[in-house]
Amino acid sequence: MADKMHLKLTINGEQFETLCEPRELLIHVLRERFNITGPHIGCETSHCGACTVDLDGKSVKACTLFAAQAQGATITTVEGLASPEGMHVLQEMFREHHGLQCGYCTPGMITRAWRLLQENPDPTEEEVRFGMAGNLCRCTGYQNIIKAILAAAAIMNGRDAAADDAVKTPEEVA
Amino acid sequence: MNDMTPNRDERVANLKGLGCKRKRVEDARFTQGKGNYVDDIKLPGMLFGDFVRSPYAHARIKSINAEAALALPGVIAVLTAKDLEPLGLHWMPTLAGDKQMVLADGKVLFQGQEVAFVVASDRYVAADAIELVEVEYDDLPVITDPFKALEDGATVLREDIADKKEGAHGPRRHPNHIFLWEEGDKAATEEVVSSADVVAEEMVYYHRTHPCPLETCGCVASMDKINGKLTLYGTFQAPHVVRTVASLLSGIDEHNIRVVSPDIGGGFGNKVGVYPGYVCSIVASIVTGKPVKWIEDRMDNLMATAFARDYWMQGKIAATKEGKITGLWCHVTADHGAFDACADPTKYPAGFFHICTGSYDIPVAYVGVDGVYTNKAPGGVAYRCSFRVTEAAYFIERMIEILAQKLGMDAAELRRINFIKKEQFPYHSALGWEYDSGDYHTAWDKALEAVDYKGLRREQAERLEAFKRGETRKLMGVGLTFFTEIVGAGPVKNCDILGMGMFDSCEIRIHPTGSAIARLGTISQGQGHATTFAQILASEIGISADKITVEEGDTDTAPYGLGTYGSRSTPVAGAATALAGRKIRAKAQMIAAYLLEVHDDDLEWDVDRFVVKGAPERFKTMAEIAYASYNQAIPGLEPGLEAVSYYDPPNMTYPFGAYICVMDVDVDTGVADIRQFYALDDCGTRINPMVIEGQVHGGLTEALAIAMGQEIAYDEMGNVKTGTLMDFFLPTAWETPNYVTDHTETPSPHHPIGAKGVGESPNVGGVPAFSNAVHDAFRAFGLKQSHMPHDHWRIWKTANSLGLHG
Repeated sequence: MADKMHLKLTINGEQFETLCEPRELLIHVLRERFNITGPHIGCETSHCGACTVDLDGKSVKACTLFAAQAQGATITTVEGLASPEGMHVLQEMFREHHGLQCGYCTPGMITRAWRLLQENPDPTEEEVRFGMAGNLCRCTGYQNIIKAILAAAAIMNGRDAAADDAVKTPEEVA
Repeated sequence: MNDMTPNRDERVANLKGLGCKRKRVEDARFTQGKGNYVDDIKLPGMLFGDFVRSPYAHARIKSINAEAALALPGVIAVLTAKDLEPLGLHWMPTLAGDKQMVLADGKVLFQGQEVAFVVASDRYVAADAIELVEVEYDDLPVITDPFKALEDGATVLREDIADKKEGAHGPRRHPNHIFLWEEGDKAATEEVVSSADVVAEEMVYYHRTHPCPLETCGCVASMDKINGKLTLYGTFQAPHVVRTVASLLSGIDEHNIRVVSPDIGGGFGNKVGVYPGYVCSIVASIVTGKPVKWIEDRMDNLMATAFARDYWMQGKIAATKEGKITGLWCHVTADHGAFDACADPTKYPAGFFHICTGSYDIPVAYVGVDGVYTNKAPGGVAYRCSFRVTEAAYFIERMIEILAQKLGMDAAELRRINFIKKEQFPYHSALGWEYDSGDYHTAWDKALEAVDYKGLRREQAERLEAFKRGETRKLMGVGLTFFTEIVGAGPVKNCDILGMGMFDSCEIRIHPTGSAIARLGTISQGQGHATTFAQILASEIGISADKITVEEGDTDTAPYGLGTYGSRSTPVAGAATALAGRKIRAKAQMIAAYLLEVHDDDLEWDVDRFVVKGAPERFKTMAEIAYASYNQAIPGLEPGLEAVSYYDPPNMTYPFGAYICVMDVDVDTGVADIRQFYALDDCGTRINPMVIEGQVHGGLTEALAIAMGQEIAYDEMGNVKTGTLMDFFLPTAWETPNYVTDHTETPSPHHPIGAKGVGESPNVGGVPAFSNAVHDAFRAFGLKQSHMPHDHWRIWKTANSLGLHG
């Protein structure tokens, strides 16, 4: 066992520090040392994205990153998205459009979508599908997740989401 | 009434009851990262368990040396079968009447089998320690093919029962044979088949796959030695059954065991069974006096817990020249792996596979299923399916297509002329089921019209001509499916799990200020029970769904129930909820009569209140009645307003649906592009259309995965080739299409609110729809059957074998 290292991170605007082994994975440090349990573990191989957090402005999969690699980073997790005024519009739209069922992928999904809409503030459906392809969901079939993200984008761009065809069901468009 | 009183429509809307697209109450916590899943649970002093697993599919264990592991700081214990044997826990009973090793007892029978359980101070130390446990193996011949397993002289896999001629389901004719289960009239069916105008015959294989919920299985066992009480948190789809099993296995009185299913990150059948991890965690907690957590990693999950399907289905379907089906014969060779750990009601070792006559009026049928041991992981769970119904639906929907091909008929028309007619319900099938209700022709016509079926066939014919002229390399396939499900297990007279009748339950308490809590014997894993069961209740008792808390999963508080799988929650617990609500209303009527000084019979129910007949201004709302039940002494009535209902369903429910998939198949790359998918579901009365649509989207995507690429594959040495998400296909947003959903509504006549259940329909109907589309693309070239999954490589091989690569 290697000597422990002094890890310092800024998470959701707060300072955190701990002594941990360099080999500890970021997801374990977040969940077990800091009790930030929004990000989940689904595969340990970077495929499912349940562990997605935002690290220095990029979506990363915390299950395959050593905590040591995150030294000094600024991290946002799903717990950091809501404000005192209420839930983030993405969180509201996931609820509005039934973009989640068991909820296990949801924190990673929303955290990824949050970064995606900063990378591309007004994406097409295809761009959302491509941009979210690193996050797996076993319950929803993605259709309502895509709808939720497009609705959030519309609102963030000052449009009426309900009037947006992309957000309607095929039956409603017909 | 005054002007401030909401009108009737407003009062109905305020309830957010049946039929309302109510937003989910679960979502606030899930979207903000405040779910509480088993791996989020942390108890003081908690230890962590992990398994040493077998690298061999079949081997004798010569020795296990844990010295080096035990020397590692932080390692508390290493358990092996020898440690569990004095407790009688080195083997455990399975749900299917077999027994299974908890830890390898002398030999291993599949790769990934649990050999030793390491208990350590944290998960890193546990992971280090399992590498230090030295196990010496002598490898043995491996059997991964169920047909070879039954050959004379085949290596005996289960030496523990080698001489047992009688199994839990009748005689065994070979040491690797588990059972032969039969239903229907074999002689009459064979007579019909031998004398029929036309017989289509085919081997239809439904490959081995895995439910793979995003959250793996796990538990935290905590033995409180002072109070003698065991608490077990875990990913349990049936927490009460787990409590009973834990009591029987451990000898701890059942009242001293509390099982809690916290939030569950998807189940799909993976979390029904009892796994060695649970048993070892409990033992480790008892031994150490500390809480012990065990969480599978993904590889553990795919290799060791709960595969699904693996059915080799030999079929013969007989018909007249005009296409009227006269008989159906089926023999299944079912690969159960090393232990028979299928999760089926006790009486049905092949589940409800005998629903395989499907939606068709088939006068005579026979089905026989041989269960076989191989060197693969145990399981045979219902992956988003009611006990082998998806195998049955895939079988009949392939056989119909193969028959249509043989007859030279349109497959949609062949289905239409053989459907059970509306007036034939309740319909008694040749294999013994009583279908409750259906209107297949209406649903089928609606579906065909919605997709412009004739137009699709014209386009397909044009495409084929263009292909033959060399203008395109893409063929077009139209995949049809009409499925009938059988869900809601089930009547106690013939359905039980380990002896527990498959009823379900609901207990309701109305609070003095007119809100309520309902507790059920089921457990949501994403289905949204807290949202939808409150809607059922709102419509029954006139209290807004927003004022009803629904709680499940804690065996200390919830009434006994058999849990959530097999689309049984709405058909069984949903019925219990409605009936418990009606008990509340019956007492409320007596209270209202007392308050209004009229006879009970002078009152009528109106949305959320009892009104004096003919005097609408005289009424008592449910909220007023609730308050009165706590603060008035009413002659002849106990205080309070509570009810409990245990519901034993009189029959299963039979949801059905029509699915149509249109895809373009590139014969050179093997890529299948799904360009349209239409799904019509009839699940009887619809509780929450938003939730139904979500269930259909999700189930179809699981079906897409299964049909188009997902499998648990083994090599000849029994090595699992698909042990991570690198190899095991889960579709992303990129390859998943948009679905168009639709519905008809044919209520169940025997369910209190007419609901049938929907969660599994899209998996059951989706798989044949995708697979039939692939087959249909190649129909013109004579393809009869190509086995799933239809990944790019297999589609390419199909095209190649048909001579389409020049």
